[in-house]
Amino acid sequence: MKILVPVKRVIDYNVKPRVKADGTGVDLSNVKMSMNPFDEIAVEEAIRLKEAGKAEEIIAVSVGPAKAQETLRTALAMGADRAILVESETEVEPLAVAKILKGIVEAENPGLVILGKQAIDDDSNQTGQMLAALLGRPQGTFASKVEIEGDSVSVTREVDGGLETVKLSLPAIVTTDLRLNEPRYASLPNIMKAKKKPLDTKSAADYGVDTAPRLKTLKVTEPAVRSAGIKVPDVDTLVAKLKDMGIAN
Amino acid sequence: MKTLVWVEHDNASVKDATLSTVTAAAKLGEVHLLVVGQGAQAAADAAAQIAGVAKVHLADGAAYANNLAENVAPLIAQLMGDHDAFLAPATTNGKNIAPRVAALLDVMQISDILSVEGEKTFTRPIYAGNAIATVESSDAKLVITVRGTAFEKAASTGGSAAVEAISGTGDAGLSSFVGAELAKNERPELTSAKIIVSGGRALKDADTFQATIFPLADKLHAAVGASRAAVDAGFAPNDYQVGQTGKIVAPEIYIAVGISGAIQHLAGMKDSKTIIAINKDEDAPIFQVADIGLVGDLFTIVPELTSKL
Ligand SMILES: Cc1cc2nc3c(=O)[nH]c(=O)nc-3n(C[C@H](O)[C@H](O)[C@H](O)COP(=O)(O)OP(=O)(O)OC[C@H]3O[C@@H](n4cnc5c(N)ncnc54)[C@H](O)[C@@H]3O)c2cc1C
Ligand SMILES: Cc1cc2nc3c(=O)[nH]c(=O)nc-3n(C[C@H](O)[C@H](O)[C@H](O)COP(=O)(O)OP(=O)(O)OC[C@H]3O[C@@H](n4cnc5c(N)ncnc54)[C@H](O)[C@@H]3O)c2cc1C
Repeated sequence: MKILVPVKRVIDYNVKPRVKADGTGVDLSNVKMSMNPFDEIAVEEAIRLKEAGKAEEIIAVSVGPAKAQETLRTALAMGADRAILVESETEVEPLAVAKILKGIVEAENPGLVILGKQAIDDDSNQTGQMLAALLGRPQGTFASKVEIEGDSVSVTREVDGGLETVKLSLPAIVTTDLRLNEPRYASLPNIMKAKKKPLDTKSAADYGVDTAPRLKTLKVTEPAVRSAGIKVPDVDTLVAKLKDMGIAN
Repeated sequence: MKTLVWVEHDNASVKDATLSTVTAAAKLGEVHLLVVGQGAQAAADAAAQIAGVAKVHLADGAAYANNLAENVAPLIAQLMGDHDAFLAPATTNGKNIAPRVAALLDVMQISDILSVEGEKTFTRPIYAGNAIATVESSDAKLVITVRGTAFEKAASTGGSAAVEAISGTGDAGLSSFVGAELAKNERPELTSAKIIVSGGRALKDADTFQATIFPLADKLHAAVGASRAAVDAGFAPNDYQVGQTGKIVAPEIYIAVGISGAIQHLAGMKDSKTIIAINKDEDAPIFQVADIGLVGDLFTIVPELTSKL
């Protein structure tokens, strides 16, 4: 079985995003970029399935600018076997990403596609579900456990009230939640080896996908800022404040 | 415009986040509701009483017992022939179903809206709420998820819509429900609680978390939340997590105990009315958003606070 892992290049999660003064977006010039943390978890899960003998090949794919190659090299250094970059210098929305991924799935026939549940830049939380719909395949979103059992996969999901388990027939789509695993760091020798692993470059047109955006961003603004309040010296003052707010007797 | 709202329910009553979604839908046009489930007549009857609702569609059947997106999405896509906008609350179920509907309709979904600015224009948070984007859709139909804390709840009574049973699209045969492990919780629900007491990594372990946070929460009739660090370390179950990738909350009062205030955590609680922080590090980022801060050791402060309330 092959596993396809889409990975997105996003602002590093440690960076505090700044809105551009002209209100057109978030300033990404000279900002550290990394693999979306949920996608690291997806790559790790694929590697673990391969190590457990449940998968033979892991293909990482990214839709994005030429620099997304770095993200793909990270996936290769972690343990993916080969990579596909679908190059686009303009932003591609989840629906179009899902259509491109559908084209790749039809060409590669993976048994599983493991995506992140959301990208930490746009926070859309859509791509995996859309891909599943376009392919007419089952989806196991927000996964905290993935177990392959013959021709199906059992996925434990993080849901509002706790956990839920569903059984999906393969091929299937899975999206990762935070507690699925702890991704490994790529070792230096593996980073060197990754440079020699195959990386194909394609375009959206190769898959017949029109990436013209459906949503137009009219403006991007800073949220209302909260200013720091006061510090109280002791518990008694805090209790008095709570009483003022009418929440203590 | 005719809107269709997917109703989240437990077969008896309608969940609060749906009421906020109804308010958002009403800003767009006529509100129709869809209740999907097995044995969901009582929920449909409750939904019909929500103020401002014009009609309730009820699809009842075994295939709909557990909100499997594979079965629910095609039904919604079919109903969208007669509706212009589909809205779901941005809960885990809503987030699971809505994008599947969007792709079936070839529509780009607008996730987690904060406001309705016009027929096709909405605001939504990006970058963990560090930026707010105003977006305009060019699609013929709209698919939207709604952030519950951003809209008032519609009144759950006062309406008298007709309930119309509709036939379903059946079982897609792709997935099945195995089981659920839902946390038993006598406390108020996190996303609708008036007061929340949240604990972080500083709480050491599950026993200490419970022994420290629970008595304070009980005194205040508060819900209990946690940071990701606390959940990852097993101090609290996953559905307690507040933040960018956990629950978004906006209570009257949020008390952060031993939580540093990472941007991912702030993303989930910074719209709370009053934030109170207890942390031994006076430079902890949580104090930059706190209305009331108390610097010191939580293991002396929290028990003292609990006893004095
Ligand atoms: C005019 C305009 C301006 C925009 N400006 C910005 C902007 O300034 N910054 C910005 O971030 N976005 C911007 N967007 C949105 C952007 O184009 C995408 O819609 C958005 O980044 C994708 O959403 P997401 O990654 O949150 O999807 P999600 O559905 O949250 O992603 C889930 C998962 O899907 C996979 N995935 C998603 N995208 C890719 C990809 N490209 N390659 C491989 N795998 C992927 C990953 O596994 C990921 O974890 C803009 C859009 C428009 C139309
Ligand atoms: C992709 C991604 C998604 C994430 N999503 C979320 C999310 O949804 N929610 C979330 O919360 N986090 C999230 N995080 C994690 C986030 O970055 C932080 O790591 C996390 O919030 C830290 O939790 P904490 O504040 O409990 O722990 P820490 O940062 O370790 O803070 C502990 C605090 O306790 C204080 N303290 C210690 N001992 C005492 C004492 N005795 N008395 C008083 N104070 C004390 C310390 O001064 C410190 O400020 C995410 C991270 C990533 C990468």
